[in-house]
Amino acid sequence: MTVGRFRFMDQQRVNLDGFAVEDASLGLLAFNSPADPEPDLLIVEGRVTRMDGRDESDFDSIDAFIAAHGLDLGVAREAMAIDNTALARMIVDPGVPRSELVRLVAGMTPAKLARVLAALRPAELVIAMTKARARRTPSNQAHVTNRSDDPLLLAADAATAAAFGFREVETTVPVLGDAASNAVAVSIGAAVGSPGVLVQCSVEEALELEMGMRGLVSYAETVSLYGTEQIFIDGDDTPWSKAFLTSAYASRGIKMRVTSGGGAEALMGGAEGCSMFYLEARCVSLARAIGAQGVQNGGIDSASVAGSVPGGVRSMMAENLMVMLRNLEACTGNDALMSESEVRRTSRTHPIFIAGTDFICSGFGSIQRYDNMFGPSQWNAEDIDDYLVMQRDWGIDGGLKTADANEVERLRRRAAEAVRDVYRHLGLAEFSDEWVEQAIDAAGSKDVPAADLMVPLTAARLIRDTEITMLDVARALDECGYEQEAERVLAMLRARVEGDYLQTAAIFTEDMQVLSLITDANDYAGPGTGYQPTPARQHEIDTVRQQRSVEDLRAEQARSRSNRLRVVGPATQGHDPRDVVIGVSAATGRELWVTLSGLPVNDVIEELMAGLEEEGCTGRIVRINDTIDLGRIGLEAARLAGSGIAIGLQAKGTALIHRRDLTPLANLELYSVAPTVTRELYRQLGINAGRHAKGSTPEPARNPYSDEAIEARYHTKVISLVTIERACAQVDGEPETLELTAMESDS
Amino acid sequence: MTRARSGRERDDITLGALRESALGNDDVRIHPETLEHQAQVAEGAGNPQLAANFRRAAELSDLPDAEVLAIYEALRPGRSSAADLLAIADSLQQRGATMNAALLREAAAIYERRGLLQ
Repeated sequence: MTVGRFRFMDQQRVNLDGFAVEDASLGLLAFNSPADPEPDLLIVEGRVTRMDGRDESDFDSIDAFIAAHGLDLGVAREAMAIDNTALARMIVDPGVPRSELVRLVAGMTPAKLARVLAALRPAELVIAMTKARARRTPSNQAHVTNRSDDPLLLAADAATAAAFGFREVETTVPVLGDAASNAVAVSIGAAVGSPGVLVQCSVEEALELEMGMRGLVSYAETVSLYGTEQIFIDGDDTPWSKAFLTSAYASRGIKMRVTSGGGAEALMGGAEGCSMFYLEARCVSLARAIGAQGVQNGGIDSASVAGSVPGGVRSMMAENLMVMLRNLEACTGNDALMSESEVRRTSRTHPIFIAGTDFICSGFGSIQRYDNMFGPSQWNAEDIDDYLVMQRDWGIDGGLKTADANEVERLRRRAAEAVRDVYRHLGLAEFSDEWVEQAIDAAGSKDVPAADLMVPLTAARLIRDTEITMLDVARALDECGYEQEAERVLAMLRARVEGDYLQTAAIFTEDMQVLSLITDANDYAGPGTGYQPTPARQHEIDTVRQQRSVEDLRAEQARSRSNRLRVVGPATQGHDPRDVVIGVSAATGRELWVTLSGLPVNDVIEELMAGLEEEGCTGRIVRINDTIDLGRIGLEAARLAGSGIAIGLQAKGTALIHRRDLTPLANLELYSVAPTVTRELYRQLGINAGRHAKGSTPEPARNPYSDEAIEARYHTKVISLVTIERACAQVDGEPETLELTAMESDS
Repeated sequence: MTRARSGRERDDITLGALRESALGNDDVRIHPETLEHQAQVAEGAGNPQLAANFRRAAELSDLPDAEVLAIYEALRPGRSSAADLLAIADSLQQRGATMNAALLREAAAIYERRGLLQ
């Protein structure tokens, strides 16, 4: 048996994660496997005849496609000749513009770019990402799914996601047959939440394209690429079929990006001994070669595989950077949950979060973990407040904003009712009022027992069989009285005709303006340049719903206002050896009535008095009006006491026992952690003060121990309380005797 | 002014038109000229591959959905013989979809060498 320290450490959540011994033969290493080729490129008469260690006759289908379509041969000789370290420095150097990097990287083979980026340290990756991402304005994508494919809940949650600022919403299905219903419900919900929210439904490639063609979704992302030919074929595609698919989407005016991610090949047993990063370099080169505008990568479904090897988290971030340098939209992973540890998953996301990307999460689970049909995300509904506070902490735009509770309720109602009405109008389904009400209020599908699992299946079948298109949905919305939403749905169809959102890294603002590489190009070139939130946006970032001011605290205290503590006259000197003074702070009973533990100050005083009485002493209440310092309050009170002993009490609940011959900061006993002091402990402090008065030495009262972040919880309140105390204290304020009456008086 | 594939002007894709049942699917489909315009924009932004994609897309924009889906299916591994792919290429070529035809021919050759044919 190991020692207790290790038994204890073994129980920590990080030890639920799997950690792999590096094994190049299995592809279980992040960077630089012995099997990774040395970068090289031979061009003969405008044709690539050798690339990354292979002659043209040995090219597999991935090599062949990249060699034929993926490289700018005009710049290749120049780019391949530059030293890797020199290139790495250019990538980080704010003086080298993004456009120059993009120009050079276009001529680099996968192995070359992998070697260059493997050299960047984490802090350098942050700078490089800040500079290299395509779009100036960062954004974020949400997952909206649930266990029952409940259309009402999907719509309410899509509207909620839009209210929190997500500009792309991705849904998927636990039951493939429900897909069309999910696409319609999420599109309606997103339109209720905000104009211009892009919607996708992740399913098998052909079905996803079909839904896109019918207008049921406004972008696509589930177009997977792999870094070895074998795994590519196992995925039932080739570079040519994927290139065709990419054009098929564009031919209907639909935005799409591809998906890849380090570790996928190792997970599927086909890494061919290569490093995750090199194989991902092939995927990203191929993405550019087939003409995709963007890539979702950074582990993705294999994030936990990449995370299991040394440097794996760094390699996932470097994958994203590779996409940016290939001049593509980067949707930067942080979706599949890669650790059981809160610390580790935060650590994995954080550098990307502070750098900012086109979509920081390629699926922030805006619903609860259990409802995420992709599997739990790295970030989930459980973490939205954390994420908002992290934005505020760092003053950065992570794409989200605080949503008002009343507004979210209104949106959820409208979204659920819109789906109910449209489904009825189109003859797809009927929903009970009970179901609607449950979906509006639900924090997750477990809160919707009224949901009927057959409804989405039937609705989806009818949508496909009767060939309902998004135009039909727009018309139904309009005819059911949802004119605004009809217009928003139509606006997304109009956007297909315009085609501007096909360009790299396109999102829509709430005014339906396209932000992309073309209209909102990243211009970071060092401090003072690049994206800066507008003052209005910064205010959104800074203003979390949990923030409190002094005035908020004053109002909270006023709700417990009491006049039981009243002034009877100036304080007098006591002479009775059993006379113990309870010195209270200046705001006590005037502006403040409740301690940090939530006890009324009057109750605290009663406990102290009762404790003194148990010891045969008499408590006398004196308000000390010339200081806010508890040591001085206690000392001044002790000097007035016949016994020379006093209890000092601040309105916030901090208390001590003082004696007249001590210095202010010395004291006999102290409760310094006011939020944890109970009624019983105040009684004990009264008893001990009485014993001190009688000349004995009691066992000191102790602060109850807590491992909670007491300071984080209460320090902002303390500042407000101290501010109020200071306003009540006067330099020449005379002490006054108080009495605590049994009842509130009418005056 | 951007036009839809049907010829309808972008500004005429309105709720009013929808209410008059004047909008059909071709009124919300992209016009090949628009894709050519986007190709030029992508070229200007340093991405000739994206431009090539938009140009292939322009060629496909007039094909029916079912045919597009069928060609995609034919290109998946093990679905087609070389002759099948070349026949599709010829058919596309005849309709002016030369870039897509070239893509199909290239696929036929590589699939042959890499064992990806039916």
